[in-house]
Amino acid sequence: MLETTALPRKATLSPPLDTRYQVETPEGIDLPLRPAGLMVRALAFSIDLALRGLILGLLFIVLAMLGKLGAGLGSLLIFGVSWWYMVLFEVLNQGRSPGKQWMGLRVVQDDGTPIGWSASLLRNLLRFVDLLPFGYFLGAISCLQHPGFKRLGDIAAGTLVIYREQPLTRPQLPPAQPRRPAFTLSLSEQRAILGFAERQAELSPARVNELASILAQPLQVPAPHAVAELNGIARGLLGPA
Amino acid sequence: MKQSLFEHRHMAEWEQFSLTLQRLERDRRADGVGNFPADYRRLCQHLALARERGYSSFLVDSLQQLVLRGHQQLYRHRSRLGANVLAFILAGFPRLVREQWRFVLAASLMFFGSLIGIALLVYLFPDLIYNLIPAEQVSEMQSMYDPNAGHLGRSAERAASEDWVMFGYYIMHNIGIAFQTFASGLLFGLGSAFFLLFNGLMIGAVAGHLTHIGYGQTFWSFVIGHGAFELTAIALAGAAGLQLGWALIAPGRLPRAEALRLAARKSVLLICGVMLFLLIAAFIEAYWSSMTSPTPMTKYLVGVALWLLVAVYLLFAGRLRHAPE
Repeated sequence: MLETTALPRKATLSPPLDTRYQVETPEGIDLPLRPAGLMVRALAFSIDLALRGLILGLLFIVLAMLGKLGAGLGSLLIFGVSWWYMVLFEVLNQGRSPGKQWMGLRVVQDDGTPIGWSASLLRNLLRFVDLLPFGYFLGAISCLQHPGFKRLGDIAAGTLVIYREQPLTRPQLPPAQPRRPAFTLSLSEQRAILGFAERQAELSPARVNELASILAQPLQVPAPHAVAELNGIARGLLGPA
Repeated sequence: MKQSLFEHRHMAEWEQFSLTLQRLERDRRADGVGNFPADYRRLCQHLALARERGYSSFLVDSLQQLVLRGHQQLYRHRSRLGANVLAFILAGFPRLVREQWRFVLAASLMFFGSLIGIALLVYLFPDLIYNLIPAEQVSEMQSMYDPNAGHLGRSAERAASEDWVMFGYYIMHNIGIAFQTFASGLLFGLGSAFFLLFNGLMIGAVAGHLTHIGYGQTFWSFVIGHGAFELTAIALAGAAGLQLGWALIAPGRLPRAEALRLAARKSVLLICGVMLFLLIAAFIEAYWSSMTSPTPMTKYLVGVALWLLVAVYLLFAGRLRHAPE
């Protein structure tokens, strides 16, 4: 979650320090999308490449038995698989070619809406330029210097490759007696304390103590009790279960 | 309101929404989703409230995921290409070509200019061809269009039963070239210009050479029919590429990326038309141009008719206000 929305109203919004890409929807909601970087995209592409090779290999074995008809079909199929594989998958499978699906990625338009035929066709036709002069050189350069990790085809088509959201599991809050904080908390402080309580199970006890003891002084409790105090405040904020 | 109360109150609603989403994601035309837009807006309001009240990350993030998925379903793009194919063929494509006449003119000059120019030069100075095309390829070309060989086309052992093979080959080869010509336009138009000139020079040189050595009859009667669609399509693909490049060179009042995006949206439509042209060309090339029974005169007449058809289509189709929309 972005901190920008939880800042006090008067504060100026500072851009987030990560690669998240904000889309404002017509409903007035800011949706953060997470653009996927070069490495994971290259992996997804390699999977797609291997898969295409496999498909063509299998088809050729079948078509070789068909003789002349097979040769004509074969060149149609090479054309179809090499130029249309990505487009068909992206449009018909919610922006996911098999490689992207495997790596947990998807393609969307710049405004977060699903990709359509023309945008998908465009980004995949312009792949030819990204491949120049060899092995995705231009595409990689463009991807590395763009804040949204776009290759040239993405820039022209106005598309974005993002991580698919993974399903969340409800975190268990550590047991504690609900209590009221010693002073009024700002929204971002509230979020930070709740986040601390929710993520405690993922941290080692030593780290939990270290983090909590930073707040011992403002909370006016001795350092060893800071963890319990913070958990209590989180419980209090959350309300009775 | 405390977070737990808020969750408790709306949990059932969110679960219901998530089930609807699952159905929509599985089947685009699922029924019983009439309330979806209203539910979606309500969810947006819940998310805004949760953020504003500083609820925990888990709640905000899971609401956010639901909103994102809902957003994907609500703001789906209508696939206009599928629905409006007929209107595009009858009016949209020629209109687009006329609207982009500057690029079309530039691309045509580069392609046809170099083609005709080099064809004349090679016809007048026959040795020039060996500077452009390696000798073995030249002799291969000659054997293809040898009037004594009896059949035509790119393969000397060609027979009528192989029409289908060649159809597949032409589609792959020609559309591949058109796509390259278009895509390389992204390099400030240089790529498109290169492919236009290169293809123009190659085709022109072969034409000039074959005419010079007296194979003109077989060559011209073979190419004139499908050339109408094929050569026009290459020029149009180049025009689409030049348009991309020009958006980068002279973006006007827009940032370059934005200008490129706008130009790309138009040029991809041109490419759809180009694909259509190339399909027709491949069809003609495989099934009509390769026939040996019609006299060359018939072929010339049909060829001229096809060129006129292409010209009339691009110049006049869709000009009426009540043209099919």
